[in-house]
Amino acid sequence: MHISDWFSRKPKYAVLKPEKKEIPEGLWTRCPKCLEILYNKELERNLKVCSKCGYHFKLGAWERIYQIVDDKEFYELDGNLESVDALPFNDGIYLDKLRESKEGTGLNEAIVTGRGKIEGFDVFLGVFDFGFIGGSMASVVGEKVTRLFEYGTRDGLPVIIVTATGGARMYEGMLSLMQMAKTNAALSRYRKKGGLFISVLSDPSTAGVMASFASQGDVIIAEPGALIGFAGPRVIEQTIKQKLPEGFQSSEFVFQHGMVDMIVERSKLKSTIGRIIRIWNKRLKN
Amino acid sequence: MEQEVKELTPWEKVQISRHPQRPLTIDYIENLFEDFVELHGDRLYGDDPALIGGIGIFRDQGVVIIGHNKGKNVKENVSRNFGMPHPEGYRKALRLMRLAERWHLPVISFIDTPGAYPGIGAEERGQAEAIGRNILEAFEIRTPILVVVIGEGGSGGALGIGVGDRILMLENAIYSVISPEGCAAIIWKDSKQAERAASALKLTAQDLLRFNIIDEIIPEPPGGAHNDINATIKAVEESIARNLEMICSKDLDSLLEERYQKVRRIGIFEEKLVPKAGVEPARSPSST
Ligand SMILES: [Zn+2]
Repeated sequence: MHISDWFSRKPKYAVLKPEKKEIPEGLWTRCPKCLEILYNKELERNLKVCSKCGYHFKLGAWERIYQIVDDKEFYELDGNLESVDALPFNDGIYLDKLRESKEGTGLNEAIVTGRGKIEGFDVFLGVFDFGFIGGSMASVVGEKVTRLFEYGTRDGLPVIIVTATGGARMYEGMLSLMQMAKTNAALSRYRKKGGLFISVLSDPSTAGVMASFASQGDVIIAEPGALIGFAGPRVIEQTIKQKLPEGFQSSEFVFQHGMVDMIVERSKLKSTIGRIIRIWNKRLKN
Repeated sequence: MEQEVKELTPWEKVQISRHPQRPLTIDYIENLFEDFVELHGDRLYGDDPALIGGIGIFRDQGVVIIGHNKGKNVKENVSRNFGMPHPEGYRKALRLMRLAERWHLPVISFIDTPGAYPGIGAEERGQAEAIGRNILEAFEIRTPILVVVIGEGGSGGALGIGVGDRILMLENAIYSVISPEGCAAIIWKDSKQAERAASALKLTAQDLLRFNIIDEIIPEPPGGAHNDINATIKAVEESIARNLEMICSKDLDSLLEERYQKVRRIGIFEEKLVPKAGVEPARSPSST
């Protein structure tokens, strides 16, 4: 029997082993915005949103997935793709970064992709994790996003991507930059087939990922209070040599400037996505 | 016989790519195209002098030309914003690419920018959206697109007019995901480590050819393009002519398919073998 009968490189559906939810150490968390002391169990129940001021805490990829898929059921895809030090980048510091991020997040890359249901509808879902090298996109992230659009094209299903990213990952140099082109090429084909792509921008969503697929959603949803834009605020301040106004590049700012369709609180995200898919599903079939 | 020339370091190439006397997009336009007619404005907000666009004739072939343009001196650099476009620039470029498609003219795009401008107005008007849309729609433009990296290829600001059928690059031009200074500031908290970053980033034409990100290197005179501008322009002309003929002779369907497939293959990673056996839970529902 040939080895290929036992092993496969083809995209596959694997059972998700529900991982332990990461509950912050201790019983209490201080809200960074209003400084209120929040009881962790309460914070979890409230989808990690401050009950006093509405501050949306950052979520890990799996936390987000569990919040929006039905019955916490999710079939991860392409979880077997692993980054390599392709350039290689200066004496293995990229490998160190990867190792740290893997240990820190329990993930093997900055995005988790797969299939699940939202409000009863089958979708392909990708969720970035900012804790993994700043949610940056390099070869693996680019490949997973590209495949997600390809699966969506093949199966005629919606694609939902939740970003939390600082852009293209410098440790893979131009290979990272070109993932902007690769993902958008796949998105272009998906759109041609009439696909529904919902881009959900969480805190932060900037640079190379924003300047590729994330800004090109059919519907773009921002979480309240996220940082959204192209250049980082510090780079802008250094360039223009002045302080940026309060609220610059916030969700509210980009909404006001026509860059997103809506700002949706975390508790309404799942139902909002569901409502959009329901309408899209009722399109003309001829 | 050619003399053996010492191989330049990546950091030296960065310096050469930014040399104030290096030929600019405007120099190629003046020397390579007959009857250049500059077209202005994005029809939405304004005109961006950092990104030139227009129509002209290249060796009896009508073409659309777009390109970042720096200035030749401080004054010009200020008015051209050092070749750093605002969203208007990218939107003008897209408008002209669509024009090229309707008229069946090939597009020639010159890359030479430190990056898209990071400023208040640029953010307000959707810099990320403008670049993202250009990259996306470039895969749908049904006309040949030739890209020439002539100086600095600054990240997304370069890629915003950098998707095409053949990507040519001058020998000492650079193309990078981040500037060496920016990279050094992040990793070593010291922009003086830029030389180290320049090596680490693999931003030279020779590196990018190896990664199949570009298709051809256009040779420069010894010491760099600024040492013999006429020779550089001649070399660029020869390369454009040859590559333009190549892409213009293809039928559009295969051209667009190849444009897609070339980019689709970019990326280096490991695809771990996973056991086939075991539970095979959800088959994708509607696929065959
Ligand atoms: Zn609060």
